[in-house]
Amino acid sequence: MGIPVKYNIRNLIVRKITTGLTVLGIALVVAVFLCVMSLAEGLARVFKSSGSVRNIIVLRQNSQSEVQSGVTRDQVPLIMTLPGIERDTDGSPLASPELVVGLNLEKIEGGTSNVTLRGISEKGSLLRPQFRLIEGRMFSPGLSEVIVSSGISKRFKNCGLGDIIRFGSYLWNVVGIFDAGGTAPDSEIWTEVDGALNDFKRLAYSSVLLRTTDSVARDQIIKALAIDPRLALEGKSERAYYEEQTSTAEPIKFLGFFIGVIMAIGASFGAMNTMYATVSARTQEIATLRVLGFSRPAILASFIVEALCLALLGGLLGCLLGILAVNLALSGITGTTNFTTFSEVVFAFRLTPKLLLMGIVFSIFTGLIGGILPASQAAFTKITLALRQVG
Amino acid sequence: MNNPLIRVEKIVKKYHRGAEELTVLNGLNLNIEDGEFIALMGPSGSGKTTLLNLIAGIDRPTSGHVFVRTDDISSMSESGLAEWRSRHIGFIFQTYNLIPVLTAYENVELPLLLTPLGGAERRKHVEIALYIVGLADRMSHYPSQLSGGQEQRVAIARAIVTDPTLLIADEPTGDLDAKSAEEVLVLLERLNIEFKKTIVMVTHDPKAAARARRLVRLEKGILIEENHMDGHSSSGLTDGINVSGISAKSE
Repeated sequence: MGIPVKYNIRNLIVRKITTGLTVLGIALVVAVFLCVMSLAEGLARVFKSSGSVRNIIVLRQNSQSEVQSGVTRDQVPLIMTLPGIERDTDGSPLASPELVVGLNLEKIEGGTSNVTLRGISEKGSLLRPQFRLIEGRMFSPGLSEVIVSSGISKRFKNCGLGDIIRFGSYLWNVVGIFDAGGTAPDSEIWTEVDGALNDFKRLAYSSVLLRTTDSVARDQIIKALAIDPRLALEGKSERAYYEEQTSTAEPIKFLGFFIGVIMAIGASFGAMNTMYATVSARTQEIATLRVLGFSRPAILASFIVEALCLALLGGLLGCLLGILAVNLALSGITGTTNFTTFSEVVFAFRLTPKLLLMGIVFSIFTGLIGGILPASQAAFTKITLALRQVG
Repeated sequence: MNNPLIRVEKIVKKYHRGAEELTVLNGLNLNIEDGEFIALMGPSGSGKTTLLNLIAGIDRPTSGHVFVRTDDISSMSESGLAEWRSRHIGFIFQTYNLIPVLTAYENVELPLLLTPLGGAERRKHVEIALYIVGLADRMSHYPSQLSGGQEQRVAIARAIVTDPTLLIADEPTGDLDAKSAEEVLVLLERLNIEFKKTIVMVTHDPKAAARARRLVRLEKGILIEENHMDGHSSSGLTDGINVSGISAKSE
């Protein structure tokens, strides 16, 4: 049996001020790490949860996004007749030719940002199962009406129900507010596609979204589009299309790790300092334990356990602070630029159990780094020197 | 003559202080019989604590051997020595060296954690040890709640709880007032006489040394005199460097 853990726990309690400050230092590092990572997680989730696996988005070949794509009006009937497209109850294909345009709008908090205006056809909302109209009504074709996502209506001026969105010489009445369950349309404004084509004097749609009957049909349509030289189009699974855009979250993730690692190094030094002070203050105790017969590995393990307890306390407190921060201070929605479409993407901070576990692991790592050298010093100090009883 | 419990053979201990080499023990020989209570005396730097540490297996000689029964502890590995100490040595320190965050009970229990004993058996041993030192009613007290004398008695309980081969005491009364020191000496004497414990004690205090049954004096790393408390005394350097087998000669 090794040195009992209560020895370490009680020592941490006895030195409550030092313990408290070190725990707080680690906790703040973990909390900041969690906040940044929950920002990246929230952003990534928008893309990861967007799109259905049975939906295909048809784009011009080699287009990175709908913004760069074009599907001509005469290509649309060819797409609509591809076998394997699911039919609506009326027998028409579940497909929506769509137009995507970036509107530069004023934010409520100041400044401007691009917002995606999406022209959808009659089936557009059916193809997005998360779509839910929460206020007002659906737009009517030909009347310059729009519906706005709840996220955009909260972040941009003149985007509330009953407002008029002005962009250049264009005017759109906001007749409804919708929610898309945290998916990509939550960052969009929708209108009727043919009206939008006329308003913006476009000759081509940006994309066609369609639902396939099953995964076999999906793969066949993707293949058919890829090998048809007349169309020069490509089909992608809608899920895959959005997942490609999760790269938007990568710089934030990198930042999170970068800040986290830098701060963790600082926190490790804090923990190390505390543990060195602990070892130094307890040199005679350590020597006594060695005299009693506790081995070097037992002493090493005991002090590493103590550092880990310190770090774990910091990690738990950090998680608590992170949860409080994300649920209280950062509870609203926020936005950033999608670097694929260069338009605003609205999202909420998202602190997942996986991130909390990462925070705990992060703190344990900090404790381990901070504890290993002082623990080694404790284990390898010469007993006679530590007892100060040389001859 | 019986085989001695401890046989210190031609022990040399040197320390390096910068470029200077300091010889603390110089070819010392000493035998200690089972059941003896021996006091080591001598001026500071005479090597008595170094000798004590070598016998206790917490230091290693530069050359020579220390045998405890048949174990040559000077050739044991670090981990082997730690394990050996846990089974054979009970150490009593001048400054008690109790763990401040553990209660008297938990302090005494510490050495038993290195044995295969279960919780109930450990409790029995701890209670007996604390009863022997007269502190059965102080089990849940922390060291800060005890007087110096009581702390030292807890330390003695910790030293005897595993029923070790040898009790090593380094200035056990050095930090105590006269009354507490007397209590501790009475206790050590009782452990020797009643419980047949072999005790090796370093002390500066002639009163403490008088409780031992044999007194050995060291000076500059060699034995210069030994006295048996029956009045028989032998002294002097047999060869100018060391005194061999003092106890054997004196008997």
